[in-house]
Amino acid sequence: MQDSLVIAGKELNSRLFVGTGKFADHSKMKEALQQSRSEVVTVAVRRVDLSGSDQYILNDIPDYMTLMPNTSGARSAEEAIRIAHLAKAAGMGNWIKIEVISDSKYLLPDNEETIKATEALVEEGFVVLPYMSPDLMAAKRLEEAGAATVMPLGSPIGSNRGIRMKEMIQIMIDEINVPIVVDAGIGRPSEAAEAMEMGADAVLVNTAIATAKDPVEMARAFDLAVQAGRSAYISGLGASLTKANASSPLTGFLHS
Amino acid sequence: MSFYNVLEKVNQLPLEDMMENVTHQDVERALQKDRINEEDYFALLSPKAEPYLEEMAQKAHQLTVQHFGNTMQIFLPLYVSDYCVNTCKYCSFSVDNDFPRRILTMTELEEEAKVIADMGVEHIIILSGESMMHSSVKYLKQCMKVLKKYFSSVGLEIQPMDTEQYVEIVESGVDNLTVYQEVYDEEIYRELHTKGPKRFFKYRLDTPERGCEAGMRAVSIAALLGLNDWRRESYITGLHAQYLQQKYLDVEVGVAFPRIQPNAGSFQPRVEVTDQNLVQAMLAYRIFQPHSGITVSTRESPKFREQILPLGPTKMSAASSTVVGGYSEPDNTQSQFEISDERSVDEVKRMLLTYGYQPIMKDWQLI
Repeated sequence: MQDSLVIAGKELNSRLFVGTGKFADHSKMKEALQQSRSEVVTVAVRRVDLSGSDQYILNDIPDYMTLMPNTSGARSAEEAIRIAHLAKAAGMGNWIKIEVISDSKYLLPDNEETIKATEALVEEGFVVLPYMSPDLMAAKRLEEAGAATVMPLGSPIGSNRGIRMKEMIQIMIDEINVPIVVDAGIGRPSEAAEAMEMGADAVLVNTAIATAKDPVEMARAFDLAVQAGRSAYISGLGASLTKANASSPLTGFLHS
Repeated sequence: MSFYNVLEKVNQLPLEDMMENVTHQDVERALQKDRINEEDYFALLSPKAEPYLEEMAQKAHQLTVQHFGNTMQIFLPLYVSDYCVNTCKYCSFSVDNDFPRRILTMTELEEEAKVIADMGVEHIIILSGESMMHSSVKYLKQCMKVLKKYFSSVGLEIQPMDTEQYVEIVESGVDNLTVYQEVYDEEIYRELHTKGPKRFFKYRLDTPERGCEAGMRAVSIAALLGLNDWRRESYITGLHAQYLQQKYLDVEVGVAFPRIQPNAGSFQPRVEVTDQNLVQAMLAYRIFQPHSGITVSTRESPKFREQILPLGPTKMSAASSTVVGGYSEPDNTQSQFEISDERSVDEVKRMLLTYGYQPIMKDWQLI
C-alpha cells in the first residue's frame, strides 16, 4: 500500500525525521542516519562552519536526505530570519525549521515569535517547518501563514518524557490540515509508535538516538516503531473505542 | 531587587549548623527527586553527601548527556591587556606587582587572532586586567572589528561595567559575559581586594545581572575556590545562578569551578579544596541546575580534566595562554596564573574523541 508523506511537493517514504546534535562522533552519526531510513535531517545552523573550511557535519549526511537546517539559538523572530538567510546563503537548501526559544531553562518555544518568523520566511519562498508549543490557535495561524508542517513538542526538548502533551497534540492532529510532526520529548521507540498511532504524520527524534549506548541500533528501532505505529493508525486502530460493543446492551429493549 | 537581597538573607542563616544537621535521609531524598530545590542542593553539598558521590555522579552524568549530549564545547582565552588598577592578593596582574605592562595594538591582536583561528577555534573570550582606561569600551569595540573576521562567538572577561556600556559592547558583537565574584563573603572579599574599584562588593555582585539586562546571550559566574569554605561558596554560587536564570529566562546562565593556582604574588589558598571537594561541588550543581553550562579551564591538570569529563562539564578551554600576546609570541612576559593542561587544541580534541565526546568548535554564529 502506497503511504507516502508529501511535504512541499517532496514525497517521503519514511515518517521518521532525525537530528544531528548530541552524537559522540560523526561516523556513528552517519551510520545511525542511514539505519534510520529517514529522509529528512535537521542541522543547527549555529554549529555549521559557514565559511566552508570544515563543514562540521554536512559531509557526514547521506546525499539522499533532505536538509532541514534549524534556527536553534534564535531568541526572536528577527534572529531566526537572519539565521535562515545564512543557511540559504551557505547552500543548505530552502527548507527551514523555525526554532525560536527565549527560555534557557525548559527550552520552550515562543509561539508568537515563531508565527512572525514563519510569516516572513514563507513570504520569501522558504519551506517553513515551525517547532512550537502545542496550541491550536497558534497552529492555525502557522497554517494560515503557509507553514509546510506544524511541529508541536511532545514534551520539553531533550526530556525523553514521551508524549506528555497528548491531548493537545490529538486536537491538533484532528484540526490542522498540514502535516503534524511531533518534535521533541520522544525518548523511546514505543512513544514514537504512540504518536504515529494517534495519527501524527511524522515524528522527529534526536536525543534518544544520539545518546543511546548504540545509536545505530536505536535508529533502527525507531524506524521500526514509526512504521508499526503508522500501520496501526491506517489499519483502523481506535475503532473499538468509538463503537459500543457492550455484552449486555442498555438500549436493547428498544429493539425487542 | 538584586542578588544582594538574597545574599543578605542567606547570611542570616546559621549555614554551618544547618550543614551539620543534614542527614543521610536528606541526601537520599534529594537523589530520588526529579527536580531538586535549594534545600536538596544544600544537602548534596554537605559532608553527609560524601558517601553518595557515586550515586550523584551517575545522576549528574545522565542529566548532562540528556541535556547536552556527548559533546564538549571548546574555547580559548585571548588576553588583550594586563594593565590593572586593583590589588587582589591572589592575582599576578595586581597593580602592586612590578612588571612591564602591555596592551595589544590592533595589528598585534590580529596576529593573535590568526594563530588562534588556525587552530580551528571559533569561540574565544577576551580577557584583560581590570582597567577602564585601557580595556575601555572604545578599545573593545575596535577589538571586535578585528575579531569578528575570525571567530563566530566572542565573550568578555574584563572589569565590571555599567549596563549602558554592556549594551554598546553587545551591539559590537560580543555575546557572552564571564564575571567571577571570587568570594561571596563580603568580609573576606574586602580583605583580599585591598585597593581599587574592585573593592566595591555590591557593584561586582550585580555585574552578571547588568550583563543579562544588556542582552548578553550567556553569562557565566563563579566563586574562586580556595578563598573561603567551598561548600558555602558553592551553595551561594548555585543560588546566584538560579536567581539570574529565573529572572532572565532568555540568558544561558553558566558556572565554573575555578580553583586557585600558585602565582607570582605567591598567595597560598586559604582553604584547601581537594579533587573530591571539587567533584562534589560540580555534581551537586549539575543535579540542581541540569540545563546549565559548566566550564572547566586549563587551570586543572590533564588527568583530572579527563576524569571529570562525564561528571557535568560542557565547555573546556584548551591550549590556553594567560599571557598578553602569548599565542603569537610564546615566550612572553607575565602570565595571570599558571595553567596545568598545556596540550594543544588538536590534542584536546583527540582526547575528547577517545572518551566518546564530540568536540564542538562552533556553537553560535554572530548574526
